[in-house]
Amino acid sequence: MTDFYALLPSLVLGVGGMVLLLGGVLNKKTDTTPAVTFGAVVLLLIAALLNLTAPDGMLFHGLFTTSLFTRFADTLVYIGAIAALILSVDFNKREKIARFEYPILVLFAVLGMIAMISASDMMSLYLGFELQSLALYICAALARDNLRSTEAGLKYFVLGALASGLLVYGISLVYGFAGTTSFTALANVFQKGADTGTIAGVVFVLVGLAFKVSAAPFHMWAPDVYEGAPTSVTALFATAPKAAAMALFLSVMAGPFGHLTDQWEMLIQIIAVLSMVIGGLAAIGQNNIKRLLAYSSISHMGYALMGLAVGTVNGIQASLAYIAIYVVMSFGAFACVVAMRRNGKAVENIDDLAGLSSERPGFAFAFAVFMWSMAGIPPLAGFFAKLYVFATALNAGYDTLTIIGIIVSVISAFYYLRVIKVMYFDRGEPQFDRTSAGAGFVMVIGALATIFFVVVPGPLMAVAGEAAKALMG
Amino acid sequence: MLIPLSHYLVVSAMLLVIGIFGIFMNRKNIIVIMMSIELILLAANLNFVAFSGALHDMVGQVFTMFVLTVAAAESAIGLAILVIYFRNRGSIEVEDVTLMKG
Repeated sequence: MTDFYALLPSLVLGVGGMVLLLGGVLNKKTDTTPAVTFGAVVLLLIAALLNLTAPDGMLFHGLFTTSLFTRFADTLVYIGAIAALILSVDFNKREKIARFEYPILVLFAVLGMIAMISASDMMSLYLGFELQSLALYICAALARDNLRSTEAGLKYFVLGALASGLLVYGISLVYGFAGTTSFTALANVFQKGADTGTIAGVVFVLVGLAFKVSAAPFHMWAPDVYEGAPTSVTALFATAPKAAAMALFLSVMAGPFGHLTDQWEMLIQIIAVLSMVIGGLAAIGQNNIKRLLAYSSISHMGYALMGLAVGTVNGIQASLAYIAIYVVMSFGAFACVVAMRRNGKAVENIDDLAGLSSERPGFAFAFAVFMWSMAGIPPLAGFFAKLYVFATALNAGYDTLTIIGIIVSVISAFYYLRVIKVMYFDRGEPQFDRTSAGAGFVMVIGALATIFFVVVPGPLMAVAGEAAKALMG
Repeated sequence: MLIPLSHYLVVSAMLLVIGIFGIFMNRKNIIVIMMSIELILLAANLNFVAFSGALHDMVGQVFTMFVLTVAAAESAIGLAILVIYFRNRGSIEVEDVTLMKG
């Protein structure tokens, strides 16, 4: 019976999503979008609360596991998805893409993320991974009369399908050479080392996962998809799936492949360095704020992967804390981008922000807080995220990695500060439309969490530490 | 005469390589890209079935069933996205998918 409670959040999402879908399809007379969106947010809240109290357990003969680690990552996914849904209500209506299917797709995508975070067998990993991806492909192409959005959907589909193809090919090799797909059994097999076939499989799996977290050199889809997709959808892409894919990355690398650290450590380090450098340098020339945030998220994934490259409990703890803080900064920043509207049209260029500080001081300050935080300026949350990662890497003796990280962090401060410079020192009259209550709410919550994290950093670090211990066993 | 496992693995590796090259070398048509994605998934399926036979273990065959199902759903969604893209762009040539760059 306790096992059943561990599954309850997923059941709420799955069954509730289907009920909402029926309600939306059967009721043709009235516009059900607001009601369905509200229902989806309530379902996500219920699932998030149930998730907090869910017991540890292993269900379906070891296909689905819950632990403190999965609860931690699930909570991040719920936070990101709820914030993105709140942002979508007003934005989708103004962009005339308000459809009741969107919140339902988000629900199913979240269900997929929960399944892949909790997966403890390659089979459930693959199914969760695909459920998430398939729902998100549709979300990217949500504005179906818009060429940019459909192009983003197409690119996301082709590269995402390639990534899952490589992942499943890797899984087939691992299965063949190790003889099992269960995480615990794989970890036992790999205690004695691994042969070439397995290593090839592990590399394929790693490439598939790196695609999903958009770590360089597998990042090329992210800027195009972020720019093309409607901003409310981009806000979702930058938060929930990132957190889920990163958690999956950690659980796969530390779980079944935990004994093969010697084989994959170097690869993770290369991926982390490339992500930090490419994300940091390529963002400098961008004028589109969504594209800039896409490159910024690539470099953030590099920093988060640095924790995994260290490979210890402390490293995983730093990674988890980094993702948690990244999710909060990210939905806050996208709340600001969602609010960038003039004459009923969304504007996306950094130049459009000129003069914002005199016209809308609150908005400008919130945006500045997120930019400062992403640049890693104390005493904001982003600084501590970077500090933990760098400190752990330094303590474990990864000097070169840390130095590269710090240099790139300084370089990337340039483009974050440029946004602030345009808002505060350039002349202009942005004349933005009134910010919707939802976007304002998300913005304020994000800004408060980012500013006041310094007051109580302890609890997050403690929970992340416990979660890392639960993962590493 | 029994076909050894390595033969299956070689064929599936060839399918994988053809699939990947089909995605990156193809300059003509997006439908070809979709076919290449199917090839990659089929390469994995062939691996699973061959290993399943060699290991006398059913997990590989069950996995193949799931991969086949997901592949069907994936091509349905891919074609749907392609149709709305064609409606907006009027073409499905790979070289035309370049609105966003840099």
